[in-house]
Amino acid sequence: MIVMQDVYKTYKNGVTALNGINVDIRQGEFVYIVGPSGAGKSTFIKLIYREERPTKGTIVINDKDINQMKEKNVPYLRRDIGVVFQDFKLLPKLSVYENIAFTLEVIEESPRNIRKRVMDVLELVGLKNKARFLPDELSGGEQQRVSIARAIVNHPKIVIADEPTGNLDPETSWEIMRIFEEINARGTTIMMATHSKEIVDTIKKRVIAIEDGVIARDEHRGEYGYES
Amino acid sequence: MKVNTIKRHFREGFKNIFRNGWMTVAAVGAVTVTLILVAAFLALMLNLNEMAKNIEDDVEINALIEITADEDEIVALGDQIEQISGVESVAFSSNDEELDKLIESMGEAGESWQLFEQDNPLNHVYIVRAENPADTAPIAEEIQTFDNVHDVNYGQDVVQRLFEFNKYARTIGLVLIVGLIFTATFLISNTIKLTIMARSKEIGIMKLVGATNNFIRWPFFIEGMLLGILGSLLPIAIVLGGYSYISNSIAKSLSLPFVELLPFNPFAWQLSLLIMGIGALIGVWGSVMSVRKFLKV
Ligand SMILES: Nc1ncnc2c1ncn2[C@@H]1O[C@H](COP(=O)(O)OP(=O)(O)O)[C@@H](O)[C@H]1O
Ligand SMILES: [Mg+2]
Repeated sequence: MIVMQDVYKTYKNGVTALNGINVDIRQGEFVYIVGPSGAGKSTFIKLIYREERPTKGTIVINDKDINQMKEKNVPYLRRDIGVVFQDFKLLPKLSVYENIAFTLEVIEESPRNIRKRVMDVLELVGLKNKARFLPDELSGGEQQRVSIARAIVNHPKIVIADEPTGNLDPETSWEIMRIFEEINARGTTIMMATHSKEIVDTIKKRVIAIEDGVIARDEHRGEYGYES
Repeated sequence: MKVNTIKRHFREGFKNIFRNGWMTVAAVGAVTVTLILVAAFLALMLNLNEMAKNIEDDVEINALIEITADEDEIVALGDQIEQISGVESVAFSSNDEELDKLIESMGEAGESWQLFEQDNPLNHVYIVRAENPADTAPIAEEIQTFDNVHDVNYGQDVVQRLFEFNKYARTIGLVLIVGLIFTATFLISNTIKLTIMARSKEIGIMKLVGATNNFIRWPFFIEGMLLGILGSLLPIAIVLGGYSYISNSIAKSLSLPFVELLPFNPFAWQLSLLIMGIGALIGVWGSVMSVRKFLKV
C-alpha cells in the first residue's frame, strides 16, 4: 500500500529532513507518526501525495512507483489520498460548503450526490450550521474540521492527517478520533502525525517515531514515548 | 467532460469576474480601448476597400473608332478586341449614344450640347471591360495598336494611383490591427496574470486536492472570454451609434458618386459581431498565456 525504500530528502536550502526511511504500511492500517518538532514528520507525509519529491529512494503507493509517475497522473494519485493539512489549506474565497464540494467537483460527481455527501460529512464533523461561512469566519478548530471533512468526503483509500487535533479542544479531538476509527473500520488506511500522548496511549495503534529524519521506533500497539 | 462540469466552470468563471473587482475593470478597460480603435480602423478600411472596389469595377476602356472606318471594319475591330485574353466584355456605343451620355452627365450645362445633335463630332466607341481590373493598362495598350483605333482612354493615372493606394492602405491597416490586437492580448494577459498571481496559492491547493490542470484552467478561459466580451460592449455601442450617424450625415451632405458607405444593415451588425469575436478571442488567448506558468505545482 505505502512502501518507502531508502528515502532521503534534502531541501533546496540544504536542510536534510529525511535520512534513509524504510517503511511498509498495509491497506487498512492505522498508524501514528510521532516525534519532536522538526524531526521530519510533515516531510514524510508530503512525499506520499507528491507535494515533495525524495532526493533519493523509491516510494510505492497502491503498487505504483510515484517517482516514475507522469505529471498528468499525479491528480489521480491525490484523489485516492485524503489529506488533512497541518495548515488546513482551505480556499479562502470559497465557503465551507464549496471547499468540500470542490473535491467532488474535481471527480465530476453529480450535483445531487455532491449536495448529499457534503451535507452528510458536515453533519459528521458538526459544522452543518456553518456551511455558508468563509474559512476566515471560523475558529482554528472549525477550519481544521473543514479540512478533515474535505479529506474524507470522497471516501479515499488513504487518509493522511498532519496533526489533525492540534487546534481542537479535547472533546472535539475525541470526536474526530471516533470518525477516523470509523472510516478505518471500513478499510481506509489512516496515517496521522500527532503530538497527543493522550490519544496515542489511549487508542492503541501502530506507532512510527521519527527522530532527526530516521525511524527511531516502529511498534504495533505502541506508546507515544515522549513527555507530553 | 460532463455537462455539469462545464456548467461549474462557467459558474466559477462568472464568479471570478466579480471576485476580482478592480482587476476586472482594468482588463475590460484595456480591451475596450483596443476594440474601439480596431473597430474604427476596420470600418474605415472595409469602406475604403469597398469604394476602391466599386471604382475598380467601374474602370472601362473607351476605344475611339476612326471616323473613316466603315461598318465592316468596325465589326472586324470588335472581333479583334474580343480575342484579347483577359477581356470580359466588349460593347459598341454609337456616337449618338455617346452624345446622349455626355449630355446627361453634364445636367443643365449639357443642354447647350444639344446643338450638336445634327452634326455629332464624337466617335463611335467600343467600351471594353477587363476580367481583372488590374489588366486594364496592358489591354488598353494592345488595343491602341489595332487599325481603325483613333485613341484609347481609361483614366490611366487615376487607375494606377488607385491600385497603389489600395495596396498600401490594406497592408498598413492590417499591420495596425494586428498590432493593436497583440497589445490588447498582452494587456489582458498581464491583468489576468496579476489576478492569478494573487491566486497562485489557491491554484496550488486545488492541485493538492486532486484537480487536473485543465480543471483549473477552464474557469480562467471562461473568465478571459467574458472579460473580452464585456470589453466589446462599449465599442459595439459606438460602432452602431457612430456608424448610423456618419452614414446618415454623409448621405445627406455629400453626393459624390463613389463615396458610398457600406449600408448600416448588415455592415454595422457584422462589424459588431466581429468585434465581439475578436474581444472573446483576445480574452481567451490572454488567459491561456497567463495561466500556463502557474500550473507547475
Ligand atoms: N519547504 C522546506 N524548505 C526547507 N526546509 C524545510 C521545508 N520544510 C521543512 N523543512 C525543514 O525540514 C525539517 C523537517 O521539517 P518537518 O518535516 O516539517 O518536521 P515536523 O513535521 O516533524 O515538525 C525541519 O528542519 C524543517 O525546517
Ligand atoms: Mg509538521
